[in-house]
Amino acid sequence: MTHQFPSLSPEQKKELSDIAQRIIAPGKGILAADESTGTMGKRLEKIKVENSEENRRYFRDLLFSTDPSISNCVGGIIFFHETLYQKSDSGKLFPQVIKDKGIVVGIKVDKGTAGLNGTDGETTTQGLDGLSERCAQYKKDGCDFAKWRCVLKISDSCPTSVAIAENANVLARYASICQQNGLVPIVEPEILPDGTHDLLRCQYVTEKVLAAVYKALSDHHVYLEGTLLKPNMVTAGQSCAKKFTPQEVAMATVTALRRTVPASVPGICFLSGGQSEEEASLNLNAINQVPLNRPWKLSFSYGRALQASALAAWQGKTANKAAAQEAFCSRAKINGLASKGEYKASGSADQASMQSLFSASYIY
Amino acid sequence: MPHAYPFLTPEQKKELSDIAHKIVATGKGILAADESTGSVAKRFQGINAENTEENRRLYRQLLFTADERIKPCIGGVILFHETMYQKTDDGKPFTQYLKERDMVVGIKVDKGVVPLAGTNGETTTQGLDGLYERCAQYKKDGADFAKWRSVLKITPTTPSRLAIIENANVLARYASICQMHGIVPIIEPEILPDGDHDLKRCQYVTEKVLAAVYKALSDHHVYLEGTLLKPNMVTAGHSCSHKYTNQEIAMATVTALRRTVPPAVTGITFLSGGQSEEEASVNLNAMNQCPLHRPWAVTFSYGRALQASALKAWCGKTENGKACQEEFIKRALANNLACQGKYAPSGASAAGADSLFVANHAY
Repeated sequence: MTHQFPSLSPEQKKELSDIAQRIIAPGKGILAADESTGTMGKRLEKIKVENSEENRRYFRDLLFSTDPSISNCVGGIIFFHETLYQKSDSGKLFPQVIKDKGIVVGIKVDKGTAGLNGTDGETTTQGLDGLSERCAQYKKDGCDFAKWRCVLKISDSCPTSVAIAENANVLARYASICQQNGLVPIVEPEILPDGTHDLLRCQYVTEKVLAAVYKALSDHHVYLEGTLLKPNMVTAGQSCAKKFTPQEVAMATVTALRRTVPASVPGICFLSGGQSEEEASLNLNAINQVPLNRPWKLSFSYGRALQASALAAWQGKTANKAAAQEAFCSRAKINGLASKGEYKASGSADQASMQSLFSASYIY
Repeated sequence: MPHAYPFLTPEQKKELSDIAHKIVATGKGILAADESTGSVAKRFQGINAENTEENRRLYRQLLFTADERIKPCIGGVILFHETMYQKTDDGKPFTQYLKERDMVVGIKVDKGVVPLAGTNGETTTQGLDGLYERCAQYKKDGADFAKWRSVLKITPTTPSRLAIIENANVLARYASICQMHGIVPIIEPEILPDGDHDLKRCQYVTEKVLAAVYKALSDHHVYLEGTLLKPNMVTAGHSCSHKYTNQEIAMATVTALRRTVPPAVTGITFLSGGQSEEEASVNLNAMNQCPLHRPWAVTFSYGRALQASALKAWCGKTENGKACQEEFIKRALANNLACQGKYAPSGASAAGADSLFVANHAY
């Protein structure tokens, strides 16, 4: 406890810090294209497309081969294992396609959730076994960052302290192993939006969870400047009767983060959860307009909120490829603006009047 | 764990936050004038002044009544219990006098360190008994903030895990109790500068200690926007053979704080420890010139580093009153500039210091 046994050399620290900075460069965020085979099946089913390896390859190719200007708003893309070894139509491996655009390649490394006995359906996440060797291989194969998702839920009795402590610990172990192998760990402690709880309850739980996460990262000697955080925004539960404005969501979110996330963390890339594409953009935009000091970049790591329209436009038909790419580009550009607080939704008031919607007197 | 049972109303939170912001307003810091009777004895012995209640009153009066040049420099003054109930020559309570000068009144509330059995000479701090009632009374009597000092030390075997968690816990309990009474708690987890350890060791220990402190504050539901932190600067031990520059100290300190102190904390008011007056100002200045972003105010809460020369000039003699005040004003002005990164130590230019910062990822 009292002696430091350095886990990273100055060069290793610099490499990690540089990677993190490239991913969240101003105006940029992350495309989460790491849907597992099962999850991809659900997406494809909605547009009545067969969940074949080729279809999955085709759709990812559609996204990755979009106009190179996409790299102005996308700093990193998270891959699923299968996708890392697939090729574009032109025969180039996907990681290379992405790198050629100046975008950083990431990889999902967790192996899904596992039940915590004696809890009310709470989980931890597995995937630590052999993780060091896997990370070393992924680094060789072109990855520079990784992602690991932990899940917590809000109910009358949840999250319990064991769920919080266990997930915080497993995230810290994962982060530590990644850094040893030159991969920037994205730390994702998702608190699900399911439930009838209000905004304040979500804020309270988010603060407790994040405090535990950063204590665990400290205990495990993780180099914070070489990490990114992927949290939920602070929102009311999906079944909550009361509706909250983007400004209220933004204030609650930024307040929770200011109380728990050290300034040395370079960037916070929100997950979109169950939000619609527009909701996710409006909320991110409001977050970047909150009149409180925000020492980290506040950006996006969106899956559905970047791909929903593209999937709907594609419908599995080659003829729709350009339209699908256009839809994707459009959302990417919008979120790039939102990450700077510069997104003006059509029909909405300008920034100045948006500002006044922030209730300075509401004490969170 | 998953439910909040709010104990601070929005109005109470606002009051605490406003007080904290007032203390660390731009250019301002804290005069730590809370030396216990025993500590004053040591100071007075050094200048051959008798340690009487009247002498203590006279000396503090000199500091508090320094002319308006200190107004933009001093946001708050920490008092010892005795001083809270002393008056100026005109019969005005010190607390009222300070408030009229727009300085927030603070009170030291801990009752000193006690040993932790089974450790290598480590301690915790006592004072929680009846703290609830004492805080209520202090608030009535004019105090708006409080201070509690916990102490840790660096040796090959310390600080131990027990010392870290015990001190973090007791600081969190104290903070929680203060806030219930509208008193902003200053949280002071001092890591002593004694020893021959290097800068890196101190930085490592400081990061571990502060991570534990903020976890404890979260566990105890403390409202961070209504608190201040009074940490040590990150420095090498007094007996370390290697000497470090002010910029190295600043980088190590700011890095450690950025890794542990949430942005919601309103301000960081450094203790001066064993540093000389000039050293304490130059180091504070370097912090405020550091190229790393600092989301909290970075200022001072100095005792010796504001009073050393003043005490020497006074020597317990009434005729030296003006000279004593001049020395104090001089240091107050220096620190007013330092906490804005505008201090130029005599012989140096304020701008020249910038280039001395090494953008070193080794921290």
